Amino acid sequence: MKTKRNISPVRILLHIVLIIGSFLMVFPFLWTIGSSLKDMTQIFAIPPVWIPNPVVWQNYIDSFNAMPFDRAYWNSFYITAVVVVAQIFTGSMAAYAFAKLKFKGSGVLFILFLATMMIPKQVTMIPLYLIMDQLSWLDTHLPLIIPGALFNAFAVFLLRQFIRGIPRELEEAAIMDGANPIRVYWSVILPLIRPALAAMSIFIFMGTYNNFIDALIYLSSPQNFTVPLLLNNFKGLYVTNWSYMMAGATISVVPVIVVYLFAQRYIIEGITLTGIKG
Amino acid sequence: MQKGNAKWAFFFLTPQLIGLIAFAIIPLVSAFVLSFMKWDGFGERTFVGIQNYVSQFSQSDFWTATYNTILYTILTVPVGLFLALVLAVALNKIKGKEFYRLFFFMPVVTSSVSIAVIWMWILNGDLGILNQVLAMIGIEGPNWLTNTSLVMISIAILSIWWQLGYNMVIFLAGLQGISKSYYEAAEIDGASKTQQFFKITLPMLSPTTFFLTIMAIIGSFQVFDQAFVLTQGGPGKASYTLVYHIYQNAFIDFRFGMSAAAAMILFAAILVITLIQFSLQKRWVYYED
Repeated sequence: MKTKRNISPVRILLHIVLIIGSFLMVFPFLWTIGSSLKDMTQIFAIPPVWIPNPVVWQNYIDSFNAMPFDRAYWNSFYITAVVVVAQIFTGSMAAYAFAKLKFKGSGVLFILFLATMMIPKQVTMIPLYLIMDQLSWLDTHLPLIIPGALFNAFAVFLLRQFIRGIPRELEEAAIMDGANPIRVYWSVILPLIRPALAAMSIFIFMGTYNNFIDALIYLSSPQNFTVPLLLNNFKGLYVTNWSYMMAGATISVVPVIVVYLFAQRYIIEGITLTGIKG
Repeated sequence: MQKGNAKWAFFFLTPQLIGLIAFAIIPLVSAFVLSFMKWDGFGERTFVGIQNYVSQFSQSDFWTATYNTILYTILTVPVGLFLALVLAVALNKIKGKEFYRLFFFMPVVTSSVSIAVIWMWILNGDLGILNQVLAMIGIEGPNWLTNTSLVMISIAILSIWWQLGYNMVIFLAGLQGISKSYYEAAEIDGASKTQQFFKITLPMLSPTTFFLTIMAIIGSFQVFDQAFVLTQGGPGKASYTLVYHIYQNAFIDFRFGMSAAAAMILFAAILVITLIQFSLQKRWVYYED
């Protein structure tokens, strides 16, 4: 079937609607960046000033001086990195056991894993807080790292789906050569599920990086804050100083958007994959 | 080989098994037990039976929170999914799909706190750009965030904006999974585009719609970040949600038993709604095989 090449009015209308839609998606970000570069006169101007003039870079210097954004970035980044890397191994190990190693109780245990996905995090949040308190882990990053690194039922489920799809012959060839399960896991399974691991990593990265409520309940010293928590506190301090607040928002958002622009295909495909398989 | 499997399985499962026990099972059981206790976090824990549940159900704050949460769900889920579906259908076969997708997905990667701060400025009653633009076309914009009857709508708007791209790409993937042969057959039978949409696209997409509805409802019952950052549950209690109530009970009022009871109620509500959806699915969800 050949599609017709003529441009129909419906198509043009559709493109116009989509362009307006795209603009509405991007405008809040542009407006934030714009506002972050204005002085108070421009912020209060009616009608609004669309392009800042003069451009006030000082807002950024002041924001960085007021709050340790660089420190927060480092905290957020390393917490997320540790959780993701740990989950790549712990998640795929458990997934491998469920997918390929037949053992008694495997089915029941797997259902138990799945069932925990139904528990809203607010239920376990309070006892976990009390446990972390007992361990003297409050105001450290451990409550944000350890649970995420050791337990993720969704990751186990997702990776199990992929590992089940690996043909038996591939492992059997390795087993014939005398490889034990560790060797099979390391040199057969892990390399084959790299796309699934990438998708899972993106998913966990976003969830961990943007986690607000845990940071809110566990962290109290500003030098320990993650980016979302720092931005929330920054907002509390400068609630009427809109250029500072928008500078803070820009500092929090722009690096993420830049990464997104470079890796958008992988990010969108990864998220789609976790969504469909889940 | 078969014999040693249990040993190996245990080895591979150990990290996640520790996690399962320490961060899911023990906390779940503790939360359940705690919900029958009175405890301020420091003194004695006393067993009070179902007292916490009774107190929750007789407390106006709890009902305000429930009302706001349900309102948020009603405002965000149908509109959010409908818009995402329309967008996905529009994008499915259009030139420049990747280009548009790039923009619509952009808010998804940003954190709830940044989204809230950004929209706090946009929705500001006096200086916000939304009201300024409305003023240009002669409409006097309301106080989006300080008006009791509008605040949940405002939070719903920004949340729909935030999640639209996610729902859209999942719908798009679902659309791409529909075999072309159905449309070709319908074309030969002389079915119009509208008929094709209702008789092929919607039924074939129903598993995706089902998945997204379940996830969206579960997510909307747990709304907190936006309300906390944007309005601190206010004005008054107008944007006070169930998770806010749980947070408030535990970490502001130090009534851990009460908070645990509220969390268990939330859990039960999510469970019941999800089960109802699963039991209703055979009426409208169509699985190919």
